[in-house]
Amino acid sequence: MKLNGAAILIECLIEQGVGTVFGFPGGAVLPIYDELYKRQDRISHILTAHEQHAGHAADGYARATGRTGVCLATSGPGATNLVTAIATAYMDSTPVVFITGNVPQSLMGTDSFQEADISGITMPITKHNYMVTRVERLADTIREAFYIARTGRPGPVLIDIPKDVQIAETEYTALSGEALIPRLSMKHPTAQLRPEGEALERYKIKAEPRLEQAAQLIAEAHRPLIYCGGGVILSGAQQALQELAERADAPVVSTLMGLGAVPATSSRMLGMLGMHGTHAANIAMQRCDLLIAVGVRFSDRALGKAETFAPGAKVLHIDIDRAEINKNVSTTLHITGDARIVLELLLSRVSQKHHEQWMQQARSMIEDYLSDELFEPRKILGGMAAISPEITIATDVGQHQMWTAQHFPFVRPRQLITSGGLGTMGFGLGAAMGAAAADEAHRPVVLVTGDGSFRMNLTELSTIAYYNIPVIVVIFNNGTLGMVRQWQTLFFGHRYSQTTLDRGPDFMKLADAYGLPGARVDNMEAFTAAYREAVERGGPCLIECMLDIDEMVAPMVAPGSPIDSFCLN
Amino acid sequence: MYIHPDNLRRYTVGVLVDNEPGVLSRVSGLFSRRGFNIESLAVGPTQDSEVSRITIVVKGDDAHIEQLVQQLYKLICVQKVQVMQSRNAVERQLLLVKVKAGPADREGLMRLVDIFKAKVLDVTKSSMILQITGENDKISSMLSLLEDYGILELVRTGMVALERGDGVMTSDIFD
Repeated sequence: MKLNGAAILIECLIEQGVGTVFGFPGGAVLPIYDELYKRQDRISHILTAHEQHAGHAADGYARATGRTGVCLATSGPGATNLVTAIATAYMDSTPVVFITGNVPQSLMGTDSFQEADISGITMPITKHNYMVTRVERLADTIREAFYIARTGRPGPVLIDIPKDVQIAETEYTALSGEALIPRLSMKHPTAQLRPEGEALERYKIKAEPRLEQAAQLIAEAHRPLIYCGGGVILSGAQQALQELAERADAPVVSTLMGLGAVPATSSRMLGMLGMHGTHAANIAMQRCDLLIAVGVRFSDRALGKAETFAPGAKVLHIDIDRAEINKNVSTTLHITGDARIVLELLLSRVSQKHHEQWMQQARSMIEDYLSDELFEPRKILGGMAAISPEITIATDVGQHQMWTAQHFPFVRPRQLITSGGLGTMGFGLGAAMGAAAADEAHRPVVLVTGDGSFRMNLTELSTIAYYNIPVIVVIFNNGTLGMVRQWQTLFFGHRYSQTTLDRGPDFMKLADAYGLPGARVDNMEAFTAAYREAVERGGPCLIECMLDIDEMVAPMVAPGSPIDSFCLN
Repeated sequence: MYIHPDNLRRYTVGVLVDNEPGVLSRVSGLFSRRGFNIESLAVGPTQDSEVSRITIVVKGDDAHIEQLVQQLYKLICVQKVQVMQSRNAVERQLLLVKVKAGPADREGLMRLVDIFKAKVLDVTKSSMILQITGENDKISSMLSLLEDYGILELVRTGMVALERGDGVMTSDIFD
């Protein structure tokens, strides 16, 4: 069947099982939007107010479901507006395919209207990107892009399609199943890392010696500790990881991205580690004699000072990305591969261990943080958990994000959707929207945000209102860029340079302007009532929590300090 | 990545890549954003028209080079990477140099051309263009001798290298 490039793109999205696309139209993608119009029975499009948030929405969709998100934007400013969203997805390894239009190739390189070299711009922040120069290559390029985005260590892939390629026609044959896997899988070495069938048998043979050594390390350890990261969630390894924790009789600490892989309610879970980690997690890290690091990249926020990190421990590192091995911390032994596959292979070699004393010691370091204040973040998050323990929570970036990570007891993978690596303020509303739109049961998603972050994305209230996307926006309003203020308090002599937000807007009037219900609360009783009602109603709304400007995130380890030397308790 | 100067060594890395537009900027961009110091870089097509070969000389230590190889493998356009040891590889680069050469200088220059197995490509009343191929040391010593005459312009290709013996480049990411 002869189709033009735009129609081939839509057909290829259908091939990949894409049901929802987030985007914003423009001159260079008009042929694509025309085809979307014709195929609206198969693909629904959510029009955001700004391309950045369409990108975050596709990212949130991918984080919530594990499926590849898709975002569409026009050339020039449309494409450059995606840059922050692409970098966010890249740092947190989420599979998103970004599609941009570009000016016709006859105009390319002439600084024509709305022209930008988006493949050049996004080279360092994509797993791979393409500029399609011939319509004959388009279908295979799209198939390859989806394959690259979701396999190995997932990540964003961008496809730039000049307008003339969208218009040009060629023969198209629909493919499905195995046929969709591109030639590339044979060729590229990283593609061999998530093996199946025969390849899995070969992998087992290759990994055998290292699995034996790993089992040996676990057998010899007296104080093993599991350090769980986002890779565990990406590979669906939570079950195997929990079994390993049982078998090795080890406590677990988690990175921000790994929260939910082991339920916060588990007796093995010591909480998040790092700069705002719990006492128990950070001290256990320094006392363990074997660190079993799974799906982690030893980020500086988790490590503190790399040289003093886990000083007495042998390090067993399991990760799909070989480049993460020995990058920040030297390992005793590593196994490169998919976390779930590796852990399942490892489990059969590990016999039941008993470390009662170590478990008890680790558990005894868990502290209860008590506050006399009547209305503070911990109580609010505790209140939310009591009403909706399994609800999906997206955050923006700053104090509210850390409070959420610390105080909301995450009980399942993909429950927390947060920008961990890039730390993108303004990520939350788009991401929450994407996560909510992905849920076929139309369950509400909560966005916990701060007044600073929310001011960066509140334009998307129009989107959640128009499509009636059930996002419950909980704003922690302390009238400041709280995390920066906290650093100014601790390290810059209380000089609050450009962090006080004494300038509105009035969020209740704003909610009203968008036709959304809103509630401003300053006590637990009012909050609980408003939140319960919001969850039960299940539609978009705003709840503004008025907090003290000097509220801080504790505990805290100063940047570059050993992970167990807290500057704030 | 900080490296103590005592641990700095020179590594020659061969990279087989897809012969596609933008590949060189993907590879060189990776080097600059990850803070690797490229000493020289040479690129050209191979016997397979779909594959190009890049030779990179980089300074670092062993940990640094491990990281570099693994990061290179993450580029979709990279097929194989090989770190070559000097003792197991033949390394060559080509240099063209325009030197001041008046009538009185020619005899001395011709003697150098002889000793270094260089070639004279162009002669005028006041200058000469010489071509020298060889390893780094040879080229450096030739250049230091030519300085006495006055170097007007020079250009070099960057190092290219092949491993000695029958073997061809292999890739092994699982190690």
